[in-house]
Amino acid sequence: MHDFGGIVAYGSVFLTLVLINGITCLGLNLQWGQTGLFNVGIAGFVAIGAYTSALLTSASTDGRFGGYGWPIVLGCTAAMLTSGLASALVGAASLRLRADYLAITTFGVAVTVQLVLRNAEHLTGGNFGVSFIPRPFASLAERPALFGTLNLLLVASIVTVLYVALDRLVRSPWGRVLRAVREDERAAAALGKSPARFRLQAFALGGAIMGLAGALEGHLIGFIAPDNFDSALTFQIWTMLIIGGSGNNLGALLGAFLVSTIWSVTGLATGAWFPPEDQARGAALRIVAIGVLLAVTVVLRPRGLLGERLSVSRYVGRSN
Amino acid sequence: MSLQFLADGLVAGATIGLGAVGVTLTYSILRFANFAHGEFISWGCYLTLLLAGAIGAWASASLAPLGALSIGPNVLAAACAAMALTGLLAIALDALLFRRLRRHGNSITAVIASFGAAMALRAALEAIFSSRPVYLSQELQIAIRVGGLRVTPDQLALLGLAVVLVGALQLLLTGSNAGRSMRAVSENPALARIVGIDVANVIRLTWFIGGALACAAGVMLGLVVQIRPTMGAELLLPLFAAAILGGIGSVPGALLGGLIVGLAEAGTVQLIGAEWRAAVAFIILIAVLLLRPAGLLGRPT
Repeated sequence: MHDFGGIVAYGSVFLTLVLINGITCLGLNLQWGQTGLFNVGIAGFVAIGAYTSALLTSASTDGRFGGYGWPIVLGCTAAMLTSGLASALVGAASLRLRADYLAITTFGVAVTVQLVLRNAEHLTGGNFGVSFIPRPFASLAERPALFGTLNLLLVASIVTVLYVALDRLVRSPWGRVLRAVREDERAAAALGKSPARFRLQAFALGGAIMGLAGALEGHLIGFIAPDNFDSALTFQIWTMLIIGGSGNNLGALLGAFLVSTIWSVTGLATGAWFPPEDQARGAALRIVAIGVLLAVTVVLRPRGLLGERLSVSRYVGRSN
Repeated sequence: MSLQFLADGLVAGATIGLGAVGVTLTYSILRFANFAHGEFISWGCYLTLLLAGAIGAWASASLAPLGALSIGPNVLAAACAAMALTGLLAIALDALLFRRLRRHGNSITAVIASFGAAMALRAALEAIFSSRPVYLSQELQIAIRVGGLRVTPDQLALLGLAVVLVGALQLLLTGSNAGRSMRAVSENPALARIVGIDVANVIRLTWFIGGALACAAGVMLGLVVQIRPTMGAELLLPLFAAAILGGIGSVPGALLGGLIVGLAEAGTVQLIGAEWRAAVAFIILIAVLLLRPAGLLGRPT
């Protein structure tokens, strides 16, 4: 059964990518699901994280910024800081205005980040991106099945820690204020909670989580390029969260798994059905299908598969 | 610095302005930022291309370009028909998607839906026409000199066309019953309904005007650059920047905002380099949000 190792290697890489998208989805769930903040520039914030960590941890390259050989853990931390900071700046400029202005501004961030990735070659490596990014367990890369499984376990444990932390955060008084701000801003303000400050905190924290996802993608694949961070990524993450159920962290992860699966299966199908010269058309049809799926879900089942669960203080209903 | 950028910037700005009018109307009357508006521009341009080809084949006579322009009567006729079709496409998208969401009353969900619709509409163009660039006209134009600037007859005609279209729309909005109804719904939809305005009809009219003007912008764009499925999506950020700069809800403001964004982009191309053009709209957007969120001709909310 020499195929068995291949299946394990393929499956572990697939699940690793699902979990990385799941992390981005958890970040979006904090922004949109909990706080009602609309981010159309997800790809931009993921890219900032991916490039921060890749440039700081890789070996130095002539004519390009970075290459300091930092440890991966430090690179990921820096990625969370830069993406979080970028989110805070964007939020500070647009959160006090109409809700749609945040959407438009974040869209502008994604466009501008994409432009910098492609054109600022001394900073980002241009269209070719950054390669030879250090990978965890790199010494085992000769054995794909073991290497893939270890990386999968690594990401799975990061997702578990993040999930538990976010779940506690959502149930905490801080999390309840976020939902109060989302549901009724004036009531929250009347209770002495500043909606602007809580929104900014949630937006920055969500952005930092997206940055972590970007950094992990770079380290697990070993290579990043501007094409990985175009608007199709933003669109996929949104579809994952809406289908899985916004407001529900488990829904975010379920959505990541389902949409990634649909994406891969339709990819295999178009690869098999379309002749080589029509592959681009097949890929376009996949996007049409996912777009229609998103629209149908929004119209017919706005709560997604797993809707938001009621989460109240443990002191509610206790008589004293 | 050469002043040539003024000519290029005004034409690009008029295109952005026409698109921004649709964005600003949808935003003020339906109350959401429509991320699918750029796709109306692309669809309008491809529809014009298809119809122009069909009319050309049917007429089978050699359709010479009109006067000094690079396009023949078939393109002109096709553009008019495509404007109507793009308007209907916008109405159809509303009936399929946005009308159902309005019933739930959550406008921000409409933004997500419009984002999904944009991806689907763009990918559909790629699936049908592939991403190979095509052209509305293969004619070469000789530039004429106007006050030291080089302009093509096409550019002059397009600039005039944009001003005429926006002027006509402004007259419609200020002088006709339909326009008064649109402004009433934009002010207060509930009150407008109580005084007997057919809100559903106003919404259809808004989509039709927005779609038709987006198609006009698409034809203008198609005469200047290559026609590709992503052409409208690449214009989306300038559209939003122009609509917000002009002041949401203001039609003359949208055209003014478009001209400013177009001129700033052309100036940047000349001073810094074409690769940074797309960042200009973002910088203008941030500046407006920080300094004057109500825009140039908008009212503070």
